[in-house]
Amino acid sequence: MARTSCELAIIGGGPAGMAAAARAAALGVDTIVLDEQPAPGGQIYRAIETVQASRADDLRILGEEYAEGAALAAAFRASGAAYEPGSVVWQALEDGRIGVSCNGAAHMLSAQRILIATGAMERPVPIPGWTLPGVMGAGAAQTLLKACGLVPDVPVVIIGTGPLIYLIAVQFARAGVPIASVLVAAPEIGMTDALRVLPGALRSGRTLLKGLAWRSELRGMGVQMVHGVSQPVVEGSGRAEAVSYTQNGMRHRIAARLVLLHNGVIPSTQLALGARCKQAWDAGQHCWRPQTNDWGATSHARIAVAGDGAGILGARGAASLGRLAALDAAVRLGKLDPARCDRMASEDRSELARQHGLRVVLDRLFPPAAELLAPTGAGDIVCRCEEITVAELQDAVTQGCTDANRVKAFTRCGMGPCQGRMCGAAAAEVIARMLHQSVDQPGQFRVRLPVRPVPLAELAGLQI
Amino acid sequence: MKTRAIVIGGGLHGTSTALHLARKGLDVLVIEKNSVGRHASGVNAGGVRQLRRHPAEVPLSVAAMDRWLNLDAFLGPDLAAMCEFTGHVGQVAVAETEAEMAGLAAREAELRGLGWTHEELLDQAALRRVAPALSPHCVGGLISRRDGHANPYRTSQAFRLKAQREGVRFREGTRVLGLVQAGAGWRVETSDGAFDSDVVVNCGGAWGWQVAAMVGEVLPHVDFAPSMMVSARVQHFLDPVVVGTGRKLSFKQTENGTVVIGGGILGIPDLVAETADPVAERLVESARTVHDLFPIMRTATIVRAWAGLEARMPDEIPVIGPSTMVANLWHAFGYSGHGFQLSPIVGSLLADLIVDGKSPLPLEPFRAGRFNEGPVAAHPGTA
Amino acid sequence: MFRRLHEPETTVTVFVDDAPLRVAAGDSVAAALLAAGIAVFRAAPRQGSPRGPYCMIGNCYDCLLEIDGMPYRQGCLTTVAEGMRIRRPTEHEEHA
Repeated sequence: MARTSCELAIIGGGPAGMAAAARAAALGVDTIVLDEQPAPGGQIYRAIETVQASRADDLRILGEEYAEGAALAAAFRASGAAYEPGSVVWQALEDGRIGVSCNGAAHMLSAQRILIATGAMERPVPIPGWTLPGVMGAGAAQTLLKACGLVPDVPVVIIGTGPLIYLIAVQFARAGVPIASVLVAAPEIGMTDALRVLPGALRSGRTLLKGLAWRSELRGMGVQMVHGVSQPVVEGSGRAEAVSYTQNGMRHRIAARLVLLHNGVIPSTQLALGARCKQAWDAGQHCWRPQTNDWGATSHARIAVAGDGAGILGARGAASLGRLAALDAAVRLGKLDPARCDRMASEDRSELARQHGLRVVLDRLFPPAAELLAPTGAGDIVCRCEEITVAELQDAVTQGCTDANRVKAFTRCGMGPCQGRMCGAAAAEVIARMLHQSVDQPGQFRVRLPVRPVPLAELAGLQI
Repeated sequence: MKTRAIVIGGGLHGTSTALHLARKGLDVLVIEKNSVGRHASGVNAGGVRQLRRHPAEVPLSVAAMDRWLNLDAFLGPDLAAMCEFTGHVGQVAVAETEAEMAGLAAREAELRGLGWTHEELLDQAALRRVAPALSPHCVGGLISRRDGHANPYRTSQAFRLKAQREGVRFREGTRVLGLVQAGAGWRVETSDGAFDSDVVVNCGGAWGWQVAAMVGEVLPHVDFAPSMMVSARVQHFLDPVVVGTGRKLSFKQTENGTVVIGGGILGIPDLVAETADPVAERLVESARTVHDLFPIMRTATIVRAWAGLEARMPDEIPVIGPSTMVANLWHAFGYSGHGFQLSPIVGSLLADLIVDGKSPLPLEPFRAGRFNEGPVAAHPGTA
Repeated sequence: MFRRLHEPETTVTVFVDDAPLRVAAGDSVAAALLAAGIAVFRAAPRQGSPRGPYCMIGNCYDCLLEIDGMPYRQGCLTTVAEGMRIRRPTEHEEHA
């Protein structure tokens, strides 16, 4: 029987959620963690318990950062916080009312405080042909590796930017996956570039060296990497068959049955948007995120956001933010005095400062490729759910629909089940380009409950 | 020199009035505080209905229906297509009990007595022919066969584009702050400066009463936020729009297969943020109604829900006509949740009234002064 | 398109379009189908274009399947179970 009330409801079972729950429970806060996934870990530590228990060999492939999740998960399990896996949250509102679907039934949970810890998603990469079967996010392939020990058995083409594509390629290479090519939509950078461009790079040396080490490892394994790639297109009839791209002024084509795309990671903002938390455009990360203070508090008194959902910081930063949000929740619930709270916060504050320093360097060195943010061909699909093309969006703007919500209402872009998760950013880019605006000006799609589709039968059966 | 008109409010009634005033040779400016079609006009359930209207609205509704069914002539073919209007599919009020059926029969008799025959009773067999997807427990219905549905936001934009093509200017994101009489005309004070006009038309929708208050005219109203939800696509199973009699329901399947479910379930209005939110616990009632009436929907999925901002007048019919307080100020607002279908006609009638001094259809029942004449109430059997 | 690094500890039998399929216990339905070489899950609603999973974490809604009689279920958020009946909607038939 699902609980119907609690002091702190944490939505999300990744590093922020797990760390927050453990800290909150330790302080005597009645805490429930609602997790869409069947087991804790979120995405970055996906399936960590299973991997550790029955596929420990895979830890070598996945790397030491992934293994760090095991301790977090164990601490969470031991903490006494209630855990409700397989729970899809479709509303989280300022008055503390949370709507949840679990095991084919919907129920309401009333929380005194809500911590949104739903993390991040890969920035969608809407290149021509991106909707063909056989095209996935690189993170999707990583999820299959972590959750199921599945790896591609056909030559893979990886396209995009960011340090993560090197990591994913290395993980696959270690697992014996044939990598046809890594197509990097950015110039090749080296340590000297980094040092020249950013004074902080020295302090982040270890991390940068690691990224460069992944690249060396790839070279050592004979993986082809092509830098300075532009205009990538996935070709095929009915499924992915080839990738064509431009490099050094020439057009190339390679066969590809599985194409993995990655252009950075952005916060998942749907729940915060649905709760009407104020959002801010983060120019450094080229994304929207909820406005939060040092403790993760949003513009709504009852709601906080921690982890990558508040701004991309990575797993260690997420855990620190989770613990800080838990401290704040405990203070607001009268379970912790502010002076002790500040003392308890200091270690995580130091960690956050380190992570922020690193992140600034990474963001400057690995910005998303502007060209991959939105397609430009008239027939290219922006909205996957409703199959809305660039031409349809441009027509709407021409007809006077001059912001994201007007374009949505006119074209249906963003009205499908994903509610704009996959198309909102790209639609804004298309609109902004037409109107010669900065990309934040068209705004974000308005989001209301249900933030995830709910079966009518579950709504009809909701106990109220 | 052209007579100047300022229309306050860029919803369908404002846009329609502006269009018709421009056709009569006026220089028209529409001032809209958010964006055209942002509110009720753009987010309603899209029903285009004559069915079960207040007797005072019936002549207007029938004339409006003529225009909807000839949208090509009214807007031109490309803008008509933009509205995604489907006509001649009917709107059916469904009776689940004999008592409800008796109520529908009374309504049909009343309308027939007034000389209107567009509403027909359906017995159980006839209802099943018209809407086979309805649960077999339904005993009958009342249908208006010319009725249908359209896409409200796209219709709002089509009206705007038509008006713009005919010379109407629009200022969006501009808020009217005050109305000051300037000679025989007006100075309209806004967040973007002042604009002079000879005539002002108040099509302020849910904020119409606020505009009226700017000249000291007190018009009763209740703010409310009708909410809707929409499903994922379902294989085509329904042609007419179905509305509930004993239960709140407005139910239609759109061209793309999604099902829009409304009917008066209330959301929460937020007049400060100028938006509205649906309420999950209240949508439960709607979900149960659909579950009972349409078995095919029992495996359907709800994808989105939303709510709009409206103002309801005590007798549930709008205020249309001259201000009771000052000259050269006209009202057309307060449609109480059912103004969409009337939009092609009211603008035309109001423009006739303003420019020629008389309207071809009776607008007396909608006079602003009626609230000072005695108590008013909603008309039974209407929706 | 995908292979397993290890033999699964436990398997269950599900039915995909009425054909039995042995899958690893604990896999999501989407992962299980991909592992079985099924790359096309459904057809997009307007043009009928073939679609398969893109994000695997519940955001893209391209892994929608009918599962145990309920249409419109996200395969990536549903864990396989013994006897589960999975149907890939044919074109124009995504729903009830």
